[in-house]
Amino acid sequence: MNIIVCIKQVPNTTDVRIDPVTNTLIRDGVESVINPFDAYAIEEAVRLKERLGGKVTVLTMGPPQAENALKEAIGLGCDEAVLVSDRKFAGSDTWATSYTLACAIKKLEDFDVILCGKQASDGDTAQVGPGISAHLDIPQVTYVKKISEINDKLAIVERMTEEGYDVVETPLPCLFTVVKEINTPRMPSLKGMMRAKAAKITKWTAADLDAEPSLLGLDGSPTRVVKIFTPEPRKGGEMISGSSSEVAKELAELLKGEVV
Amino acid sequence: MDYMLTDTQAMIRDLARKIAQEKIKPVAAHYDETEEFAWPIMKILAESDLFGVYIPEQYGGLGGGILDMCLVTEELSRACGGIALGYAGTGLGTLPILQHGSEEQKKKYLPDIAKGKRLAAFCLTEAEAGSDAGAIKTTARKEGDKYILNGTKQWITNAGEAEIYTVIAITDKAKGIRGASAFIVEKGTKGMEFGKKEKKMGIRASATREVIFTDCEVPAANLISREGMGFIVAMKTLDTSRPGVAAQAVGIGQGALDCALDYSRTRVQFGVPISSFQAVQHMLADMGTQIEAARALAYSVARMADAGVKSMSKESAMAKLFASDVAMKVAVDAVQIMGGYGYMRDYPAEKFMRDAKITQIYEGTNQIQRNVIAANMIKETLKK
Repeated sequence: MNIIVCIKQVPNTTDVRIDPVTNTLIRDGVESVINPFDAYAIEEAVRLKERLGGKVTVLTMGPPQAENALKEAIGLGCDEAVLVSDRKFAGSDTWATSYTLACAIKKLEDFDVILCGKQASDGDTAQVGPGISAHLDIPQVTYVKKISEINDKLAIVERMTEEGYDVVETPLPCLFTVVKEINTPRMPSLKGMMRAKAAKITKWTAADLDAEPSLLGLDGSPTRVVKIFTPEPRKGGEMISGSSSEVAKELAELLKGEVV
Repeated sequence: MDYMLTDTQAMIRDLARKIAQEKIKPVAAHYDETEEFAWPIMKILAESDLFGVYIPEQYGGLGGGILDMCLVTEELSRACGGIALGYAGTGLGTLPILQHGSEEQKKKYLPDIAKGKRLAAFCLTEAEAGSDAGAIKTTARKEGDKYILNGTKQWITNAGEAEIYTVIAITDKAKGIRGASAFIVEKGTKGMEFGKKEKKMGIRASATREVIFTDCEVPAANLISREGMGFIVAMKTLDTSRPGVAAQAVGIGQGALDCALDYSRTRVQFGVPISSFQAVQHMLADMGTQIEAARALAYSVARMADAGVKSMSKESAMAKLFASDVAMKVAVDAVQIMGGYGYMRDYPAEKFMRDAKITQIYEGTNQIQRNVIAANMIKETLKK
């Protein structure tokens, strides 16, 4: 089974700071990590490979330093890694990003499954995974919490919903985005880390892809970030004190006065 | 302090730290309370290849040495000295095979140990042979191509959980300690049983049991080295394992200091964090300095072992003695800085204090270490 995992390098969310003037993320000096949701996708891919044989290729689009995330993924059990990196990709929105990744996937050999985290912890859009499947014209199942059955033709998966879960059967190849309920990612292994250190990362630029130049980067992005801002903090509520009947009475009066 | 570790050693330390902080620290109190053996953690250590750091590559390890083992032991102990002992006790049980075993024995046992598939244990101590290790009574009688073991080993770390035991037994009573021999005994061998699990003050996540041999038949091929080499195997093993005890002590001390330092910065009394009081600062400074000195000594002796220095009993004893005394003192001071909270079992400081105590006792009490150190010092003056 050939599996592709798409990952993203994100700032470590435990120490995110916002520039008070520009209202953008301060990325300087902030440690970059594999998007936490993608760690579950990596683990699931490696587990599938261990069960069924085959190969896991990890793919990312990002700046040159995203190579570190790919190496970490190799340390966790992925076999090969591809970094798609070019100044021409700068400013890509989720459409252009998923188009670029889809072009890279077409260049890879045949695959059975693509796994993505359900969303990235920085942008939180949850659109790139589904976008890739649209560009490749393959089925997608999002929010997968369990792959119950899988063979070379089809998969039966559990898709998390707000009320419970759907059981979905899909032909392969298919793209799944996964939620954290799907597994517990393993710790890296020393042998994996050593393999990662020695591993050769395949690097592709825009010229290596069979891509329409006008669909890449900022030019290929139909959406624009107009403004990023920190929402006004909510103003403190009003405290009502007294016995419970007094409090209830006053609250009722206040509510009457408001348009609720 | 920068110990000029190799890239691989830094990687080993960082991974051990990550596992200790993310996986062990949250469950340390649970295993201390229940005295269960932390198999889920052993599985993580195994999958991360940490059991193989000191085992040569041809036997499936990573080809490092005692320093690599010490780095792992220290980091694990910084989260839990008891859980760390599942790892370090395996190292102790493995060293006789690693240092004195035949090629066949190494091929047979080391790959499983390197993978963490099987834990190991070292069986020397008996009820009447503690500091006086030469007084062991367990016997091994040769019959054809077998040895028949009889006797009871006491307070054996990992006993019952481990699958590979290196056992010191007397093959020739007339020769005294020169009549001792070392054997590999696998769990499940007929005539080998385990006593009840001991209830301990600290390192409660570690399993300690008697190992009882009753006409236990061991293939002659399981003899390590030659007959009569048992005591030498044991002493060489302890010379190389003591830096590991030192590393465990450094880890426990560091763990205790971590708690006290965090606490001192958040605990407000008289309107300020207690870390602003010079009385507390001076305690923290002493603790930090002593731990660093212990670490420097432990690493230096581990490096001696890795460089193949033959005679290192004195230095090895010094590292174990100094680091364990530091661990005890630092842990007591950590509890003191934390006051009433330090005494409560809701906080880990008191556990570090209970765990620290054993490092002054096992693998030779600190009084025995002083004997070894002084004896070597005196011997050195005679040589001049």
